[in-house]
Amino acid sequence: MTQRTSARDSVRELSTAVTGGIGESPRRPDGTLKVRGEFAYSSDLWHEDMLWGATLRSPHPHARILSIDLTEALRTPGVYAVLTHEDVPGENIYGLEHPDQPVLAVDRVRYQGESVALVAADHPETARRAVARIKVEYAELPPVTDMVAAAKGEGPPLHPDGNVVRHLKIRRGDPEATADVMVVGEYEIGMQDQAFLGPESGLAVPAEDGGVDLYVATQWLHVDQKQVANALGLPLEKVRLTLAGVGGAFGGREDLSMQVHACMLALHTGKPVKMVYNREESFFGHVHRHPAKLYYEHGATKDGRLVYVRAKIYLDGGAYTSSTPAVVANAATLGVGPYRVDNVAVDCWGVYTNNPPCGAMRGFGAVQAAFGYESQMDKLAERLGMDPVEIRVHNAIAEGDTMPTGQVIDSPAPVAELMRRLRRLPMPPENREEPVDIRDMPGGVSNTTHGEGVVRGVGYAVGIKNICFSEGFDDYSTARLRVQTVGGEPAALVHTAAAEVGQGLVTVKQQVVRSELGIERVTVAPMDTTVGNGGSTSASRQTYVTGGAVRKVCQTVRQRIFELAARKLGHGPDGLELAGGKVVDASGVVLADLVDVLGDDVVEETEVYRHRPTYRVDSETGQGNAHVQYGFAAHRAIVDVDTELGLVKVVQLDCVQDVGKAMNPQAVVGQIHGGSAQGLGLAVMEEIQVVDGKVRNPSFTDYLIPTILDMPPMTVDVLELADPHAPYGLRGVGEPPTISSTPAIVAAIRAATGNALPRVPVRPEHITGT
Amino acid sequence: MRVTFTVNGEQREADDVWEGESLLYVLRERLGLPGSKNACEQGECGSCTVYLDDVPVCACLVAAGQVQGREVRTVEGLAGDDEQLDPVQEAFVAAGAVQCGFCTPGLLVAAHDLVRRNNQPSDAEIREALAGNLCRCTGYEKIMDAVRLAAARVTPSTEDSK
Repeated sequence: MTQRTSARDSVRELSTAVTGGIGESPRRPDGTLKVRGEFAYSSDLWHEDMLWGATLRSPHPHARILSIDLTEALRTPGVYAVLTHEDVPGENIYGLEHPDQPVLAVDRVRYQGESVALVAADHPETARRAVARIKVEYAELPPVTDMVAAAKGEGPPLHPDGNVVRHLKIRRGDPEATADVMVVGEYEIGMQDQAFLGPESGLAVPAEDGGVDLYVATQWLHVDQKQVANALGLPLEKVRLTLAGVGGAFGGREDLSMQVHACMLALHTGKPVKMVYNREESFFGHVHRHPAKLYYEHGATKDGRLVYVRAKIYLDGGAYTSSTPAVVANAATLGVGPYRVDNVAVDCWGVYTNNPPCGAMRGFGAVQAAFGYESQMDKLAERLGMDPVEIRVHNAIAEGDTMPTGQVIDSPAPVAELMRRLRRLPMPPENREEPVDIRDMPGGVSNTTHGEGVVRGVGYAVGIKNICFSEGFDDYSTARLRVQTVGGEPAALVHTAAAEVGQGLVTVKQQVVRSELGIERVTVAPMDTTVGNGGSTSASRQTYVTGGAVRKVCQTVRQRIFELAARKLGHGPDGLELAGGKVVDASGVVLADLVDVLGDDVVEETEVYRHRPTYRVDSETGQGNAHVQYGFAAHRAIVDVDTELGLVKVVQLDCVQDVGKAMNPQAVVGQIHGGSAQGLGLAVMEEIQVVDGKVRNPSFTDYLIPTILDMPPMTVDVLELADPHAPYGLRGVGEPPTISSTPAIVAAIRAATGNALPRVPVRPEHITGT
Repeated sequence: MRVTFTVNGEQREADDVWEGESLLYVLRERLGLPGSKNACEQGECGSCTVYLDDVPVCACLVAAGQVQGREVRTVEGLAGDDEQLDPVQEAFVAAGAVQCGFCTPGLLVAAHDLVRRNNQPSDAEIREALAGNLCRCTGYEKIMDAVRLAAARVTPSTEDSK
């Protein structure tokens, strides 16, 4: 019999003997486990006597459910439970901010892939076969699929208040302003998928108190807990969540997937239930990036200064609300980009359709808008005969400027500097070495060209993103810290509920404690709901907010230690410092070893950190201080295009980004690389193709993400201009590099081909015109 | 059915295996070796890459019955008996090539196979060798660094002894 580790013991504390405070790049505390294959991801969990859950999903984008017959499924040997909406113990509804999605469909399905029924069985294949034996009779309804029509109120309403989730207007200056030159453009963004590699999965274990313990990969434990408890009809304390290993997230784990389902099956059967989506199901199991249609008009003076921007932006939210209101806010408030414009009129709509639900994905709202405004800036530069870098520098916002919302930028905004530095980065050699290595050519080893018909292009773009949650959201994080002597050494245990999804927050938490307390041995407790809310791992906010909470609790713990020291040393608590495991005075003289001061005492404190408040914007004018902080990144892309076949090779992709303070330089650069790659994917390959509400390519065979052959070498230049309002002066890092890489690459393809390319991803036929 | 094969140098047996199960499923769910990953289960992502009789394969594409009597080496079997990380594992951690880490086990096996064959790979050779392994977090730059670092640390003689 094989020895297996149960879920409870799989999720481990992370400790590491490596040193390294803020500004250094110590190794990840989970790195060794991950390279040994011993890190317990949510799909790796096991429990004695566990069952496997599976989900029946709607094949139709819009239909009435006439009947559900479970007979054959229940008769399948090995099946323990088959559940429908009638079995939802609590409220059959959930949603991130606006609960509007049923846990299991009742009488209507609004998108292809909507959950209808659940099975628990003793083998995953048995569960899948039982799912196939559930008979559902549907009456198909015509799907609502056109986002612009939905915004205009056409078509049948999918929800009681109609199909407009949010319409936000930004009005600044003169709406009728005129200018010397004017350029217009219509742009379109396809539906991108987060394509995190670790599929939606987890294990629910029923508990003796009638509650449930859920081990799951998520971005926000406490918001999951609230929704799960509500759907199960249980008090919060009976639904306990622990973060299992997360195989990437990128926004796709903000909404619930299998959480309630696994808990329902576990509570119903009295057995632990594991659910793991396969890749196809994953495409239906999480929300995607909103597809968008954007209409822009830019007016400028003859010397290239922006006079006005008018825009209409449509975002397809699909069947349920998810994050659509926040996506609308970002696209609208950041809709003109990081530029000074006195006269702005932006209208942005987020709508319901019967397309797949869309919600959070890295850079949301800002990604879509940036493709529009950056395409326009290039168009304007071309019209005026200006250089694309010059026109951006000429119009760049800076600290002290006012955004179209009226918000004054009160920390560094080095947009012009980013562009200038970008232009100075080294270029690849213009002349190819002979003989040509076909691996460097568009088409690669497909051997489609040795350089015939290949044209090089260079493109630039810059983007802006709000960091942390906006519009008055009470955005905070909680950190608990325990300091005591362990094995003759001072040791710290840091505990938060903030989800580590791969970005390296576990490392940053250790670094903060080391820097603040001079304690080398820092252990990271498993992330769970026994500590207060950590907020979402999204909006580039965790190093800011949870980093801020860890720093704050360190300060409180330090004060407690100084009080202990004062009692034991007869030195007042003022003027003491901690360094290298010692208590020292202001001049650095060692007064005592920390272990001696601690003795047998355990110092434990919990603190909550909030960033400064934000405010809702006026829905008619968009005026208000909606955002905490802005992040900026800029890209230069160099591409080779096979103009005969329409194949693109990105030769080089460079990025300059201001991060305020590089808390962990290696991880910062890693975020910039990864974010840039996702922007490259959106530029030239990634799209969930939806026809009449149905997904045509739910697999990694047909939905392509960049491989190591698609990603070019990158030069990354990191600026550290401190934000005086943020902990350590840091600026959120994760999202900005995803925003400007897409428009930079498309600009480079336009430069190479002369094609307008108003839509991403750019396909070969857009280049060849065939 | 019963399947008997060698995993990481140890003879293992799995009972009651359904004929449709993959090697990946047997490793992860029956033998307690979840290191090989299940990112796509359709042979597109490489996260389940293992050695089968010393040849890298996608474990999700190998039917369990096909491994009867054969040898499999997984990510769990890359480190030496003395718990020392393999140079490739060490380099991935040192270079920052691990973020979420879900692609890492498969990439480690693929990179391990590359550097034991070629300890001075060019960048183009690294890219070609790892083209079957998707990573969504890193943009691959630090994976390139890690493989260059590992190759510099691996000498053919140390690999021959394994």
